[in-house]
Amino acid sequence: MPTAHARRLHPLPVRIMHWTNAVAMFIMIDSGWKIYNDEVIFGWLRFPDAITFGPWAQHGLQWHFFGMWILFLNGLAYVTYGFATGRFRRMLLPIRRAELVANVRDALRLRLAHDDPTRYNAVQRLLYIGVLLAGVLVVLSGLAIWKPVQFSELLALFYDFQTARLVHFLCMAAIVGFVVVHVTLALLVPHTLVAMVTGGPQLDAAPAPKPEAATAGAGH
Amino acid sequence: MLRTPSPSIFRPKQRIDRSVLAENRALIEKIDRRGVLRGALSLGALSLLAGCSVTDTPTMQGFLRGVSSWNDRVQGLLFRPNHLAPTFSEAQVVKPPRFNAHYEIEDVRPVDGATWKLELAGLIADKRPWTAEAINALPQQEWIVRHICVEGWDYIGQWSGVNLRTFLERVGADLTAKYVAFKCADDYTESLDMASALHPQTILATRYAREPITDPFGFPLRLRTATKLGFKNAKWVTAIEVTNTFTETFWSKQGFNWFAGI
Repeated sequence: MPTAHARRLHPLPVRIMHWTNAVAMFIMIDSGWKIYNDEVIFGWLRFPDAITFGPWAQHGLQWHFFGMWILFLNGLAYVTYGFATGRFRRMLLPIRRAELVANVRDALRLRLAHDDPTRYNAVQRLLYIGVLLAGVLVVLSGLAIWKPVQFSELLALFYDFQTARLVHFLCMAAIVGFVVVHVTLALLVPHTLVAMVTGGPQLDAAPAPKPEAATAGAGH
Repeated sequence: MLRTPSPSIFRPKQRIDRSVLAENRALIEKIDRRGVLRGALSLGALSLLAGCSVTDTPTMQGFLRGVSSWNDRVQGLLFRPNHLAPTFSEAQVVKPPRFNAHYEIEDVRPVDGATWKLELAGLIADKRPWTAEAINALPQQEWIVRHICVEGWDYIGQWSGVNLRTFLERVGADLTAKYVAFKCADDYTESLDMASALHPQTILATRYAREPITDPFGFPLRLRTATKLGFKNAKWVTAIEVTNTFTETFWSKQGFNWFAGI
């Protein structure tokens, strides 16, 4: 019988923050599309009204400036947790070039190994780090276009208002791209999806790995 | 001590005739039922997910507008009273400025500058109305700043007129009051928090690119503040009230954030 301290692949705080973030991202992306439609960046791109938070632009804005609190507070908690517990270092590093090349080759042949859910391969690590950075950038560019005068120093890092708006949009596009891949793979390998609900395999069965060996052998 | 409320020029003189509602109640209910039925059948689960049918409900609007009020307070805390908005060079000024209103530019009803007066109300010592001539005689200042619309577009404009703080001090306004409200010739209403009203880059603009403002852009007088979204910059201003009472404004009534700071 597992003790109260049994450490799982995805501890409870991670699972809560993951699903909270999923809800926040849904609110932010969908309402963001509504706001985008009021003044499109690309003439060929308008998001269908049926799939955006509506009915009008002000409702998109209302949802966006509600969702930002969930996204920001949950994101802050997640990043703090990731660094404080060493989860980021343990799960996302290192990324070795040889492994990355081999993983990409396997992935293109649809033969990417996923037998050990406790260890992310190099492609996964790169994608997770990439989406985390996109998350940070989407918040920073969002703050810059929300408060271009109060945070004018931040806006200057993005050149000007319209370029900050473009960065905000491109971060959204990158995150949506990640979500498509992430959800597709989770559905193809359902035990990963189950693990994000139940917590997944216990990690405390094996003796705790030494710090320098942690990245290579975590969870084996 | 109880004071009798001062008659605000912002209060409608006639109350709303409720008999119209009573007479047409059956019709309204019929439309409502049909609308709901049609909405439920045609939009389906996806739009329900997307919030189309839930966002507009009184419960959801109560919640979302509550969050919006909370965001008003947060923006008030983020506001830096002496931090200037970036300014630009005369070569970057867009002429003419970009038009924005809740109606088309063809529907603008020009204001007659000769008969126009700026009325004052509320917590102001000297409430004598101002003519365009008297306002133009006040010290002038110019700002070349970015106008940002809530929709997402922007342009650089060159505005001049009297600084609002200078004007409010001149007429003996209570600068510790909470709000400065504006009433416009087209029945548009806006209001600023006092801190934004007293910001160095908030002016009562009478000129654009050194020329008198033209009709579509607020002749003879409009508000221009560098720290708010475009819609806060009331055009064709006819009255200013200094008050401690919050009143919803044209766009805030429709669900847009009131503070709208940038």
